[in-house]
Amino acid sequence: MADIIRIENLTFEYPSTEEAGSKKALENINLNIEQGTFTAIIGKNGSGKSTLAKNLNGLLLPSGGRILVKEWDTADDEHIWDIRQTAGMVFQNPDNQLISSIVEDDVAFGPENLGIEPSEIRRRVDSALEAVNMSKFSKKAPHLLSGGQKQRIAIAGVVAMRPECIIFDEPTAMLDPKGREEIMTIIKQLNKEGITAVLITHFMDEAVLADRVVIINEGSILLDGTPEYVFAQEDILKSANMDLPLAVEMSNRLRRRGIDIPKGIVTVEEMVEFICQYK
Amino acid sequence: MSIQVRNLTHIYGKGQPDSQLALENINFDIYDEEIVGIIGHTGSGKSTLLQHLNGLLKPEEGTIVVGNDEITAPNFPMRNIRKKVGLVFQYPEYQLFEETVALDIAFGPKNLGMPEDEIWDRIKEVLEMVDLDYDEVADKSPFELSGGQKRRVAIAGVLAMKPQVLILDEPTAGLDPKAHKSILEMIQRVHEKEKNIIIFVSHNMEDIANLSDKVMVMDCGKLVMVGTPKEIFAQRDRLNQIGLNVPPAADLIYKLKDAGIPMADGVVSMEEAEEELYNYLRKK
Repeated sequence: MADIIRIENLTFEYPSTEEAGSKKALENINLNIEQGTFTAIIGKNGSGKSTLAKNLNGLLLPSGGRILVKEWDTADDEHIWDIRQTAGMVFQNPDNQLISSIVEDDVAFGPENLGIEPSEIRRRVDSALEAVNMSKFSKKAPHLLSGGQKQRIAIAGVVAMRPECIIFDEPTAMLDPKGREEIMTIIKQLNKEGITAVLITHFMDEAVLADRVVIINEGSILLDGTPEYVFAQEDILKSANMDLPLAVEMSNRLRRRGIDIPKGIVTVEEMVEFICQYK
Repeated sequence: MSIQVRNLTHIYGKGQPDSQLALENINFDIYDEEIVGIIGHTGSGKSTLLQHLNGLLKPEEGTIVVGNDEITAPNFPMRNIRKKVGLVFQYPEYQLFEETVALDIAFGPKNLGMPEDEIWDRIKEVLEMVDLDYDEVADKSPFELSGGQKRRVAIAGVLAMKPQVLILDEPTAGLDPKAHKSILEMIQRVHEKEKNIIIFVSHNMEDIANLSDKVMVMDCGKLVMVGTPKEIFAQRDRLNQIGLNVPPAADLIYKLKDAGIPMADGVVSMEEAEEELYNYLRKK
């Protein structure tokens, strides 16, 4: 498959302030996102992962290097709307993303701004709400919904613009466990339907669900590969103060005590499956 | 020191068409030096309950006794509640406002009328408790610090008032694993030092299991379960019904049980789960 986003030698520096001076938030990042994939980008607070996310659709512009979304350079003003329409973005706090007092109006806001025909908007809003399992709530007021439901509405608003790629910037950080699960189910579902998903997170147990995991540390890429490969690099992860997913941590503990557990177990389901063969 | 809550009921917007029963007939006791974890999904009434414990909200019915004082009595002075019960809100770092870290921490005790020289000793003491270096941060602007450090300064500001009851609303929300761990260690250190009652709300079941002596479960404004972490997390199905889960390690053991693997009951921590799996796999 073709790459939908290409990051070439990306460097990003926040404007310098008097006391702090300038600081490179990202340095020499090279990363291509293939169409239709699900990539998780992990890093601790201040690692540069959110800065990277905001560079992906031109909310921030590179200080060095360039980013191409399809064939468009994010620094090219002329195509900024093509870029934003191709790569939509969902943020951390659902309360900051909803603007209307009725759910379906909120979802319609994006397509309306794209100048789409009213009948087509209707179709898109209905199918977007269906995609996030919120059709029942189309006439409700967003502020009466739970955090997870609000975040699903925010996702529907992006889906209604029919982007080929959605960047999720810590979409579950402010949600309770049930809300987190709802959002992860939706992200996997959208990806299955063909939308390229980029998930920024610091929850390892969310990252194991992706096809590819990229670990950002101090502004650079520390590891990049399948979850099986990345989470096998225990020493590198620990040196960067990162946790391991539960199944990986447990496998490591058991291996140290002489139990032979095959490599490549990263999800709880895989762990259960492995143990079940001894039943 | 202990806390007794009896028949506590709270209604938001009473008498209005959209009034909502936020707390319904809540009863519990918290004993000396206990660490209590409160869980419940969003909107279950956790924060409403916390705000009653330090007098920010007044109940519709019921009483709250902290130590020897009934803080829900009509004329009980607010200032005395605040001295006893310190509440750290969610994302407390957004509430920092002073020019320097030291001044920010001094704000609370000053308002409570603590003598000046005592305040400065106390600032040193609480900064140490939250694991920040006095010489390094005291004169800095709180806005120059990292997210995790800011949060610790905000907590220090509440600790400075020497509350006998410390309440923390989601103290680790939004932190990365390292900052998360350091806040948990800080809570334990504060507890050892101050021998206070600590009540905290969290969505992280592992933290709840590791820290709490007692767990309280809220659902739809009611207190539906109270017990030790072991007792509470032995009831996965009931927790699932109200939108909650068990800690990740316990979840793994439950999933194995579901798949027909014989596993012991009452496994909560990573270490216990490791032991179970080791004993099972070793024989294979």
